[in-house]
Amino acid sequence: MPNQSTSSNEIDIEFRDVTKRFEDVVAVDNMSLTVKRGAFFSFLGPSGCGKTTSLRLIAGFDQPTQGDIFIGGNSVVGIPSHKRPVNMVFQQYALFPHMDVSENIGYGLRQRNPQPPRQEIIRRVDETLEMVRLSGYGKRRVWELSGGQQQRVALARALINHPTCLLLDEPLAALDRKLRREMQIELQTLQREVGITFILVTHDQEEALSMSDRICIMREGQIVQSGSPRQLYDEPVNRYVADFVGKTNFFNGDVVDAGDKGIAVKSESGQVFVGMQPKAAPGLVNGSKACVAVRPEMIAISATDEANNSNNITIDGQVTNRIFLGEHTEYLVSTEGCGDVMVLSPKSVESMSRSFEPGDKVRISWGSNAALVIGDT
Amino acid sequence: MRIYAIVVFLFLYVPIGIIVLFSFNAGRHASELRGLSVQWYGKALSNPFVGDAFVTSLIVALSVAVLSSLMGTAAALALQRLKGKIRILFDGMIYVSVMIPGIVIGIATLVALVTVFDLLNPLLASIWPEGTKPPKLHMGYASVIAAHTLFTMSLVIILVRARIAGMDRALIEASMDLYATPWRTFYQVTLPQIYPAILAGFLLSFTFSFDDFIISFFVAGANTTLPIYIFSSIRRGITPEVNAIGTMVLAASLLLLMTAQFLLRERSSR
Repeated sequence: MPNQSTSSNEIDIEFRDVTKRFEDVVAVDNMSLTVKRGAFFSFLGPSGCGKTTSLRLIAGFDQPTQGDIFIGGNSVVGIPSHKRPVNMVFQQYALFPHMDVSENIGYGLRQRNPQPPRQEIIRRVDETLEMVRLSGYGKRRVWELSGGQQQRVALARALINHPTCLLLDEPLAALDRKLRREMQIELQTLQREVGITFILVTHDQEEALSMSDRICIMREGQIVQSGSPRQLYDEPVNRYVADFVGKTNFFNGDVVDAGDKGIAVKSESGQVFVGMQPKAAPGLVNGSKACVAVRPEMIAISATDEANNSNNITIDGQVTNRIFLGEHTEYLVSTEGCGDVMVLSPKSVESMSRSFEPGDKVRISWGSNAALVIGDT
Repeated sequence: MRIYAIVVFLFLYVPIGIIVLFSFNAGRHASELRGLSVQWYGKALSNPFVGDAFVTSLIVALSVAVLSSLMGTAAALALQRLKGKIRILFDGMIYVSVMIPGIVIGIATLVALVTVFDLLNPLLASIWPEGTKPPKLHMGYASVIAAHTLFTMSLVIILVRARIAGMDRALIEASMDLYATPWRTFYQVTLPQIYPAILAGFLLSFTFSFDDFIISFFVAGANTTLPIYIFSSIRRGITPEVNAIGTMVLAASLLLLMTAQFLLRERSSR
């Protein structure tokens, strides 16, 4: 479109008040969002939260019940998927079993009208094979390939078309853990190389955190919070996000002192916690129900007789479980009044001080800047 | 239990085995074996009546196979999109049409066609221009083919439906996502995925139509298909020639059925 404004040039995908209903189920509920061109964007949430539907709305497999969707500034509502400039990598790859690897990858080019010349298609298929490190695999049947190779064929089949935006529907879910890690890195590198927008759907928070530069956390068809991985991890707006992104200890209580510098929350057992409110979600006042979230790696574990450090919240308890995780040791500490608390102790600390066994009396502590006070939902 | 199974299988296959064996009989009576020879095959193949009946059967069976695989596939693809109660209704009707005994289809088609012909023939005669001979609708190729197709189309629908159901829906979406129009998606992705089922349906329809006696008997009119020929020649006594024809039909049918089975199995294992 010649008359695009400069601002819409930077935004690749936009949802404006989009709702998608399947009979009486609302899969996407009045959702609005923008994805910047060249971003690695993730929809994160449990199954049934509407993240896959959102992706299918962009791809054009489903049409929104209400609202408008823009790709590159143009509304695509009512436009069928074969006329949209986006391509998808499917969860089970959906490679055509009756075609070899080259035929699969060249499929999109062969559908173009006018069709590029044969030599051109062959050249681009070879180029793309090389890009996904599968040179020489062109004549293989797709079912002869390993999971990781099939994954790369699926990527190549989408990327060869130079889409404005690549959609990835749980692309790594079918791979084993080690391969998944490799493919995560490969995907990131690829995204930087080709410079197009990637939109990923995943239920794996680790995957979303490690790959994306923007994450949108969804629940029941709505966006709960969107932001950079760091923002979501450090300043979750509510318990749902804090629970979904990373591991967290929660302490429930009532706000007793809502000051500017920090909020004090008193639990039922009388323990007072002090913490910060996330900037994105202010609004807690005295008396409101709140939840104090403390990441397990922010908690220090020490012997009860050790001299007090600078941490201002201390609780005594007893180790009930210890899991050695390699780079970390995870302790479960049972406390009086505050329930079970999870503590992650890095190996560097472990090797300096003595480690604790189940049954040992310990003292756990953290500074008030480590605690986040959020709404209890 | 094992003895019981053996007895059942003997009961099923010994008569067929005897027919095959006696088709190689050197003697001229069906009931006593006097050395082996293939002379009856020669006799059967050079018999002009057998030849005519064979050609008739072939025309009918081929037409039935082509029609039912085309219409059955189209119907299966359309039914796939139906949902809810209408789908249950259609599914039920398809299975019922497979289960209806041949004799019922035969009589029903006969009655229906005779009624329609009786209505249409005077009508055609009245609107036909003076001086030319009006066409007269009657039982013939069309009626046998129609009656057989009625039944075999359901077989094709069931086979193709099963194949479509087993197909990854994402393949079609992937094709659409890669800029293929619905029509191109159909012949580049859907058709290659379901053609084994269509081919198997084609072969089954052919076999069914080629072997069918009951329905043909009612609606074939003056045409003599191979099973009808066999039936009428048996009334003059069972000769080794009939056995030879039977054996040839059996061999051809088995070959087609095994091909169909192979097609269905080979593809689904992937």
